[in-house]
Amino acid sequence: MADTVADVHQHEAHGHGDHHHDQSWLEKYVFSTDHKIIGMQYMFTGMFMAVIGGYMAYVFRMQLAFPGISVPGFGQVSPGEYNALITNHGTIMIFWVAMPVLIAAFGNFLIPLMIGADDMVFPRINRLSFQIFFLSSIVLLVSLFVEGGGFGGAWTSYPPLSANGDYNQTQLGASLWLIAVALEFVAFLLGGINFITTLMNSRAPGMKAYDIPLVCWMIVIASILFMLSVGPLLAGAVMLLFDQTLGTGFYDPARGGDPILWQHLFWFFGHPEVYVVLLPAIGITVEVMATFARKKIFGYKMVLYTAVATGVLSFFVWAHHQFIAGIDPRMANVFTITTLLISVPIAEMLFVMIATLYGGSIRLTTPMLWALAFMAEFLIGGVTGIFLGASGADIYFHDTYFVLAHFHYTFFPIAIIGSFCAFTYWFPKMFGKMMNDTLGKIHFWGTVIPFNFIFIPLFVLGMGGQHRRIYNFQHFPQIAGPEYFQLREIATIALLVMLAFQLVFFYNIIMSWMRGEKAGKNPWKANTLEWTTESPAPHGNWPVDELPTVYRGPYEYGHPDREEDYWPQNLPG
Amino acid sequence: MLELVQASTYAASIDNLILFIGIIVGVWFLLAEGLFFWLIWKFRAKPGEKSQYLVGNEKHVKRWITIPHALVLVCDVFIVVGAVRVWYNVKQQLPEPDSVIRVTGQQWAWTFQHPGADNELDTSDDIFTVNDLHVEVEKTYHFKLESRDVLHSFSVPVFRLKQDAIPGRSITGWFEPTLTGEYDVQCAEICGIGHGVMAARIHIEDANTHAAWISSASAATTP
Repeated sequence: MADTVADVHQHEAHGHGDHHHDQSWLEKYVFSTDHKIIGMQYMFTGMFMAVIGGYMAYVFRMQLAFPGISVPGFGQVSPGEYNALITNHGTIMIFWVAMPVLIAAFGNFLIPLMIGADDMVFPRINRLSFQIFFLSSIVLLVSLFVEGGGFGGAWTSYPPLSANGDYNQTQLGASLWLIAVALEFVAFLLGGINFITTLMNSRAPGMKAYDIPLVCWMIVIASILFMLSVGPLLAGAVMLLFDQTLGTGFYDPARGGDPILWQHLFWFFGHPEVYVVLLPAIGITVEVMATFARKKIFGYKMVLYTAVATGVLSFFVWAHHQFIAGIDPRMANVFTITTLLISVPIAEMLFVMIATLYGGSIRLTTPMLWALAFMAEFLIGGVTGIFLGASGADIYFHDTYFVLAHFHYTFFPIAIIGSFCAFTYWFPKMFGKMMNDTLGKIHFWGTVIPFNFIFIPLFVLGMGGQHRRIYNFQHFPQIAGPEYFQLREIATIALLVMLAFQLVFFYNIIMSWMRGEKAGKNPWKANTLEWTTESPAPHGNWPVDELPTVYRGPYEYGHPDREEDYWPQNLPG
Repeated sequence: MLELVQASTYAASIDNLILFIGIIVGVWFLLAEGLFFWLIWKFRAKPGEKSQYLVGNEKHVKRWITIPHALVLVCDVFIVVGAVRVWYNVKQQLPEPDSVIRVTGQQWAWTFQHPGADNELDTSDDIFTVNDLHVEVEKTYHFKLESRDVLHSFSVPVFRLKQDAIPGRSITGWFEPTLTGEYDVQCAEICGIGHGVMAARIHIEDANTHAAWISSASAATTP
């Protein structure tokens, strides 16, 4: 077995060395098949989309706190524009930021480097994946500017509102939105195939299943979850597109269709999707925690098994999004039980992360701060989810700002804190320079503190009965009082502060890239294989005759037999 | 904190369930965060001190995970039992009604069909109103929830009641008001451009006021 793996490995390596010497700029950076470049392309596209998504949040938060004002940089917000903004904010942040950055960018960048391979198994499929993703981004952005405006039926796109142009009044925008989402799914299916195959076939000689760094496992488990869950939604999306454009009636009750069908198809994908982005974020956090606590992970296998258990369970919880949607009320009891069961593996994963700190020698570098913040903030998202999974309490909380605050307390730690954690940790490997730690810490506190001031008021508003996706609360006397407006204003001002601090991040990237300190191969004294090659890694990752061999697991920190407190995976003996 | 009115028979049970869950998860949350920050402080890097090498395979060490694991499961059982009891009462069973009303959502208004003086729905003396629902306090109502176009959601925060309206279906639910007064009715499911103006009011009246409203409204609509 091991021989075969090594063989493929070497053969691939030679293939690369042969015809990749002289590349034009276009070949090297635009039509590249190098997994690191594709990873960067995904990352910078994701960052660009994050800026757009953040701008949208700024516009509608201004409207909510100060209804009717002319928002600087946008103008007055009409109800149709408001709906388009919230719809596309959600869509962008999940499908064009969390997915491309956490899975595609770091999956591409890290998997071959961490398992000691010279590239992905299918480099050209990889390139195609990014190209389709890029196309999907353009389609989505175009959909905002067509006649009638962008789609405004919420990111969940429930029919009949989404299916019929007479109802949503954005016929073209709705169709383009749907096409963009479907294209994006195709891109990630292609990427996922690559991640799974590469992890199975291209590992360095000696790397057994339990020697694989957890972040690689997590991205691959997430890709498998995505593959298994996205099929029904793609089929559902095609039916919805037919309803929109050909006038079929899959979701139209007047012609024998059923609008609830879409909700089942959507959430059968939509709930596993939460774990699709959660698992890579946990993987990233685990890597960073192990490195900066100088500690072996407390129970590697436990993390792995709980991740698999979470993945399996996640296919049986989807209807907790539909408790009050008109499903048979007896079903709610079943889904309450499965939903609360999922708290067990997730809690266990967090316990393992907390226990890993025990006996460590913790260094609070910028990436470590992000990793710890992920843990501290995600816990709030986790415990507030219990209220919503419990059917009786969900009757009140459903579709209120409590839900909104809850999932921002999960998705913000996942997509934003997790991405910053990974970015600051692997920046030296990506660009060969160290990031400025002081600026990094200013940016960290300037992001995490305002984040809590945005969403804790929204929890309170949700408990007060404020429901979602409302352009202006003046028509609801119970939630239009001054105490409600104060809370809305706090949230909006905190958002402005948080957005302003992102400038520090971009400044830090540019300055560190241009004149940062040289990083060297292994600036963090970490064990995993990506730190054994040059920073940045050359095309092919290692010189062909120096491809690494693995002798031990990835988290051998503080081993009593060694002088040094780390023990790289590739050192013999 | 914001003031919350409980105006239905089951509002208090939902609030108590929320409080019950809040206490359980609150304790877990404080313990976990407390331990977490204590560990960060306790095991901060000190010059010359190497980290410990713990594998986490030994039984007495694993206990730190397995015992909380079991406790989480026990808490889950309590929460499930509490949630299902409340759910059963609000959504799964239907007490005998004193009156039946029909609530119809459309882009972007609520139409309420009251049974009128004969207390029978779908008879000639039914009273139709737009965006104003009149009910009598301490009477049990069934509502038949329908929609003419897209999804809507009939939400009465003071009742802690919410139910989606689906075109092509009629969904029956119930409530019993316990307080007189005038409160918000929201549409809680996005339904297009006018979602934010789809506001109605519920008028909960004592027996006399309600009877007076029925006769004045009947007089107004009778040809």
